[in-house]
Amino acid sequence: MTVRFLLDGETIALENVDPTATLLDFLRYRTARTGTKEGCAEGDCGACTVLVGTLDGEDVTWRAVNACILFLPIIHGKALLTIESLASAGPNGGLLNPLQRRMAENGSSQCGFCTPGFVMSLYGRAIGASGFELPIADVIAGNLCRCTGYGPILAAGEAVVKLARDDRTLVAGLEALASSETVSGELGERRWFIPKSAGALAMLLAEHPDARLVAGATDVGLWVTKGLRTLDTLIFIGDIAELQHIEEPPESLSIGAGVRYADAHAAFARLHPDLGELTRRIGGLQVRNAGTVGGNIANGSPIGDGPPALIALGATLTLRSAGRRRVIKLEDYFLEYGTQDRQPGEFIERIEIPRPMPNDIVLISKLSRRFDSDISAVCGAFKLTVKDGLIAQARVAFGGMAATPRRAAGCEAALTGQPFQEATIANAVEALKGDYAPLTDVRGSSAYRLDAAAGLLWRLWRRAEGETVSVLELENG
Amino acid sequence: MAERDSRRPVLAKPSNPHDSAHLHVSGQARYIDDEPEAANLLHLAFGQSAHAHARITGMDLSAVRAAPGVVGVFTAADIPGANDVAPVAHDDPLLADGVVFSMGQPIFLVAATSRNAARKAARLATIEYEPLAPLVRYEDAQATGSLIEPTQVMARGDAALRLSAAPCRLVGSFEMGGQDHFYLEGQIAIAIPGEDGQVHVLSSTQHPSEVQHLVAQMLGKPSADVTVEVRRMGGAFGGKETQAALFAAAAALVAHKTGRPAKFRCDRDDDMVMTGKRHDFRVCYDVGFDHEGRLLALKLHLASRCGASTDLSPAINDRAMFHSDNCYFLPDVMIVSERLRTNMVSATAFRGFGGPQGMLAIERIMDDIAAHNGLDPLDVRIANLYSPGRDVTQYGMTVEDNIAPQIIARLRETSRYDARRADVAAFNASSPILKKGIALTPVKFGISFTTTHLNQAGALVHVYADGSIQLNHGGTEMGQGIYIKVAQVVADVFAVPVGQVRITATRTDKVPNTSATAASSGADLNGMAAHEAAMTIKARLVAFTARTFGCAEEDVNFAGGDVFAGSERLPFGQLCRKAHIGRVSLSATGYYATPRIAYDRATHKGRPFYYFAYGAAVSEVVVDTLTGEHKVLAVDILHDVGRSLNPAIDIGQIEGGFIQGQGWLTTEELVWDDKGRLLTHSPATYKIPTASDRPKYFTIALWDGENVEPTINRSKAVGEPPFMLAISVFSALNQAIAAAAPSNRALPPLNAPATPEAILSAIKGHRAA
Repeated sequence: MTVRFLLDGETIALENVDPTATLLDFLRYRTARTGTKEGCAEGDCGACTVLVGTLDGEDVTWRAVNACILFLPIIHGKALLTIESLASAGPNGGLLNPLQRRMAENGSSQCGFCTPGFVMSLYGRAIGASGFELPIADVIAGNLCRCTGYGPILAAGEAVVKLARDDRTLVAGLEALASSETVSGELGERRWFIPKSAGALAMLLAEHPDARLVAGATDVGLWVTKGLRTLDTLIFIGDIAELQHIEEPPESLSIGAGVRYADAHAAFARLHPDLGELTRRIGGLQVRNAGTVGGNIANGSPIGDGPPALIALGATLTLRSAGRRRVIKLEDYFLEYGTQDRQPGEFIERIEIPRPMPNDIVLISKLSRRFDSDISAVCGAFKLTVKDGLIAQARVAFGGMAATPRRAAGCEAALTGQPFQEATIANAVEALKGDYAPLTDVRGSSAYRLDAAAGLLWRLWRRAEGETVSVLELENG
Repeated sequence: MAERDSRRPVLAKPSNPHDSAHLHVSGQARYIDDEPEAANLLHLAFGQSAHAHARITGMDLSAVRAAPGVVGVFTAADIPGANDVAPVAHDDPLLADGVVFSMGQPIFLVAATSRNAARKAARLATIEYEPLAPLVRYEDAQATGSLIEPTQVMARGDAALRLSAAPCRLVGSFEMGGQDHFYLEGQIAIAIPGEDGQVHVLSSTQHPSEVQHLVAQMLGKPSADVTVEVRRMGGAFGGKETQAALFAAAAALVAHKTGRPAKFRCDRDDDMVMTGKRHDFRVCYDVGFDHEGRLLALKLHLASRCGASTDLSPAINDRAMFHSDNCYFLPDVMIVSERLRTNMVSATAFRGFGGPQGMLAIERIMDDIAAHNGLDPLDVRIANLYSPGRDVTQYGMTVEDNIAPQIIARLRETSRYDARRADVAAFNASSPILKKGIALTPVKFGISFTTTHLNQAGALVHVYADGSIQLNHGGTEMGQGIYIKVAQVVADVFAVPVGQVRITATRTDKVPNTSATAASSGADLNGMAAHEAAMTIKARLVAFTARTFGCAEEDVNFAGGDVFAGSERLPFGQLCRKAHIGRVSLSATGYYATPRIAYDRATHKGRPFYYFAYGAAVSEVVVDTLTGEHKVLAVDILHDVGRSLNPAIDIGQIEGGFIQGQGWLTTEELVWDDKGRLLTHSPATYKIPTASDRPKYFTIALWDGENVEPTINRSKAVGEPPFMLAISVFSALNQAIAAAAPSNRALPPLNAPATPEAILSAIKGHRAA
């Protein structure tokens, strides 16, 4: 079938689409929209930032995403804005929008290669795109600039707060493209599907148990751009509304597996501020606008940031297949490196997270070389339920310390039933050493990981004592 | 910190923005990959070595040749001329011939109808290797005496004797990592075959002339048959000084062999594996000093891993020796510089060109002396500054323009260094987990290529009969703003608005035999050359005007877009029309060679630099002693750019250079395994600063002064010097770590980059000592 989307309001129809062809290559080499740049082809630099619009009732929700790892079928039925959509440069910059004008005047560009990506991120913020409520530095955390040191770019973003957009005709265009039917296509032996309901997904998976599920492609994209892999059967699950529901009853938070991290951010922050802060530091905004909470779990990575936090908070997973649902504890999903408890035909439907009680002490901390848009060396999460000065229950989980995100049984045992006091923490730190034998790899040595994990347990104690324990808090305080 | 806002200097009048700014922000600025692709364009990929050091015993490329879309596969045997893309020493083969010397080294070249086809095919080769022992660690290369050139010594006096007599003495060592350039635009070149064997190369290079010469020699052609062009680069930072030639030569080879245009756009990960980086250094020192912290004698050993070939390592390591004094007088000194040949990708130029490494060494020594004597490191630094009677460098050059003392004094006051140092101490006394540190470090950076003959430049200026002007010179634009600066110079000569000057791409057929745009020298050299060209034309116009209007030449003036001849006044364009009809040449070349410099490399004595650029920075940081995380809280910079050609552009260089230096010393860690494999070959693992790493409080002020030398507009070079202001961050981190165990008077054992792991390790080490 045809992949259809709106580019500056005009319908683009593509036949015989390679399902892993990237949007970036399409823009640059098939439409000569060369303003969108390739800096890394792995979603880490933001030079390829474009805005993708989806229909949201009477309105269009815009998201800044990385075109370099976005497969073409993902934008089926959506609207697209590139740097060329904004304005073209007149001889004196006369046709530039106020944001572009400000950036041109204040030295926001030096070599200029990253600039279109920054413009798109900041333009997104100015028109109220996903994540616009974040501070400027967070909105551009997924955009790398090697020349300017960011000062002028931040200043331009601060200065141009709001730009008007009229998307009424676009809404009509998107409505015309909308359909509740599964979309599918093939290229030679390769097949791809875009189901619109969880039921349809279950049926498709039953038929194609080897199919690769793709939501935001923030991981799978690299299999193609870096691994040069050919993927045969793909099911794109980004258009299943049921998987994108967030429910917030008083006692828990229920997140559809297809909820993008950007959309989960606020709900996570309401569940616990640390979970909000962790979410802020998962990828850049472009990655959070594509990557999903379920995808971050399903891929089974030992260094995914979501799982340790959600394990410590006591999350459960609902796995669904045609005709069956089962609920498991999140920690039980991760069997060993590269193997998860997901049967053929199953997909993750929801994640349910109990809300911490007022007497629960929670700490979630991520350690990485760089604060923003980096992958954890160690990600630690703790939930201690303290009653009458005693730790009634302790849940401790780490990422980056083992082949899977895992609970720290010895540490938990050393805490459970003990008074919440410094000596208990000291014992738990000792016990923690026996829980993990982490690897030395590119993100950190085994020794560092053990030391830092202990440091996080101490951080929990010190924070409970009322101290400022993070350099970020000090910076902002 | 929160109550203070970031400040940038308020400029008297707005500077001209970057000439391409309006194109950058609209996506209209064209980079090489944005050129429309010819229908018969071939795309290229290298087959890369899987070993850091091995003999190739067999190579079966049949699967590569048979892969879909493949048009040609080329090996060293297919190269008609010299198999060499090295800048100086002829030891960088375009394609490996028999032996590979680094992991990822190109062995063969695939040309295919699409980029993906070429990349996929390149992975299909069967190559048999006889692995040889790779030299990766410093000690491996040292043990086998593996060097790219003999160890160099720069010395004065008798360091050994004075060391033994010194009242205080310290030995120490530390390491600093390399750095990937991470230009946002990766390496790229397009070669287009022309008629009669000519080739036109679009190359993202800082050094078009060198690419031209290397391509010509590789093809066995005269240089005149090769034209290299670059309008702009998407960042370079030294990484496209020598490294661009590999990709340009590959494209030229395929264009030559197939008669089709060929493009090599390197993948980011491959780029990081295959192209050189900043040298990492291991530093050992033995320093003697008095109780006031005044340095009396120094033995300094600098070992650097130069990688598999010579590249520019001799000059880079020389510059490390030149800057091992920074702003300080080293009375009796011996600097030994060991240039190790290792089986890693050859290290290359990177902003500062060895200067940062030498400077970090002496700044750490200053911190070490201060810690040992219990002094404020700033007082130790001030005690050691060059001063009258103590003003000759270890290479015999008298420092004639020393303004470091004044800059430090001013910044000390404006940044409230002393009060804040007390605040930091008070904070640390009451904060058990988070510890702050503050440091002020200066910079003195020598301006000129230390290879003297490179200090020359050419320009070509055309004035058209309508009064519009085309400007061309040997400088390349990589974002630093050289084009607008030089255009201003030309516009000022004719007193026309800068918009009347059309800036054109740098091309070897317009200005020949140029030097790389490097060593911060671009605007100095090319600005002067363009000035001369413009002045030549202006002199002709003045003579013509005087003749035409019957006035004295002294009575001809150019102002506000008009020309005044006695009582006559006419627009510049009208004069040009008249001059053309009057058969006056309106085109001229200009040439400039830097005066006063002379250097004898055999003795390491002379005057390698025309002048010095100065600056200083105060950085305040906080460290988490539980995790090793840190944050740079505040930075104040005072920097010397002479009489600035364009203050806004210069401030951009200072700010960007500082953050890049901060990245080098903090988040940017290159990790190699013991087999010589680079593990940090993508932005997923190699972390340059993001917006939030920029300190929230950040001020930059320009020193109000002018160059004592008659440079263009009495300005000073600005590209590299600010990079080293970030040493203040590293120094402040040492102060913060030291506060974790205040009873220990030693300097914490911190290596660069100061990652959370390095900081936590230094805290442990400092507490244990």
